[in-house]
Amino acid sequence: MNVLQELYYTKDHEWIKVDGTIGYVGITDFAQHALGDIVYVEFPEVDDTLEANDTFGTIESVKAASDLMLPVGGTVVEVNEALEDDPGLVNSDPYENWIIKIEISDPEELKTLLDAKAYEAFCEEEE
Amino acid sequence: METAKKTALYDVHVALGGKIIDFSGWALPVQYEGILQEHEAVRTKAGIFDVSHMGEVDVWGEGAMDFVQNLVTNDIEKIADGQIAYTVMCNPEGGVVDDLLVYRYDSAHFLLVINAANIEKDFEWMKSQSGSFDVRLENRSDSVAEVAIQGPLAQEILQKSVDVNLDDIAFFHFMPEVHIAGETCLISRTGYTGEDGFEVYTRQEGIVAVFHAIMEAGTPLGLKPAGLGARDTLRFEAALPLYGNELSDEISPLEAGLGIFVKLDKKAFIGKEALVAQKEKGLPRKTIGLEIEKGIARHGYPVYDGELCVGHVTTGYQSPTLKRSIALALVDADHAEKGKTLQVQVRKNKIPATVVGKRFYQKNYKK
Repeated sequence: MNVLQELYYTKDHEWIKVDGTIGYVGITDFAQHALGDIVYVEFPEVDDTLEANDTFGTIESVKAASDLMLPVGGTVVEVNEALEDDPGLVNSDPYENWIIKIEISDPEELKTLLDAKAYEAFCEEEE
Repeated sequence: METAKKTALYDVHVALGGKIIDFSGWALPVQYEGILQEHEAVRTKAGIFDVSHMGEVDVWGEGAMDFVQNLVTNDIEKIADGQIAYTVMCNPEGGVVDDLLVYRYDSAHFLLVINAANIEKDFEWMKSQSGSFDVRLENRSDSVAEVAIQGPLAQEILQKSVDVNLDDIAFFHFMPEVHIAGETCLISRTGYTGEDGFEVYTRQEGIVAVFHAIMEAGTPLGLKPAGLGARDTLRFEAALPLYGNELSDEISPLEAGLGIFVKLDKKAFIGKEALVAQKEKGLPRKTIGLEIEKGIARHGYPVYDGELCVGHVTTGYQSPTLKRSIALALVDADHAEKGKTLQVQVRKNKIPATVVGKRFYQKNYKK
């Protein structure tokens, strides 16, 4: 399982990469592996303002639909349209292929997330 | 999962990297490499499935023909010895107890192959209907194992392991004593994928050797082990029904679109009166195909015509072969017209869906 050091993680297997006040949000390698072949991603609307743990979309594998939960509150500034044509990109590189880009509402919320080490330990327990 | 039954091939699945799930009480692989790869292998080359969970009931005796004729909707007198009929058995209300294959050895011996989830219910049902017939029923589900080899290269691959000419087994026919890896097998040209292929039955103790012999012959030609995930997407594209989705105790075979397997002109069978009445009155519901604008319409999602809820999705997928989002749905007959736009409730949204034919994928049988 691949975990990147510089990201923050949730127990729902999302990651967020912070660049100033912008956050890129995706699902982890653990999540894509557990889901299997991803065939559809349902996005929120740009400009939607959501709180931490709100559902911001749905990711569908061949067999099932799973909610996507936002790690921290924010306003959607962009969705990754490349995933509309090729949702399987999330399988091939889950950290390169972010799902949405947000303007983070309160950077303090990042402190509630897991770092790479804590996330890795959490996944080991899940397995 | 600890309580799930293991098939004789369980360790083989684990060794091949199978992702094991509990499927109606059976520990079986949902996938090995990935559902999409396995699906494609079956459509373009071949795949091998462990279907040992299926149930097998033998019917023996002088009254076997009359018993089976009364039990099922298809006409078993019209098939020859060595031939197979797909059929359903109904309750008196015309709902489906199960769908099954009837293998006719001769008029005094039939093999009924039933769904894993229904084995106990079916066997009890069969026994309860056998009273007035001179038959002996034997549930051999726990001792019989089965693999399905499916795909355009299925025959070429299986031919390398058998001591008969597979050209001699026509579509929906079988041979009861074929040898693979020293094991005696029953082989039929049947399947659940919409492709040409075979189902191979043998004793539990022999199935691992049979599986390995077929894999060894087939791997160089592109044969892949395939799991329950691909089995479901494949049967769905070919619009083959799944009990619990397209069929149930409360759905009639006519509503499910299986009218050609219901011979209302044969003499009495269980459910006949209800089905005749349903046909005369007009079917209350119909099974339709839907093409969904975006997203995926999953089993159980409600289907609307405007404000009116007219039915539900029975199975839906992003079709791996067609690359479109399609579904089967059971809807009120008044809202089933081809070309009509309905809506599927996908989470918060009602997504437009066009009524289309159910033949999403043209079956490639060798007939």
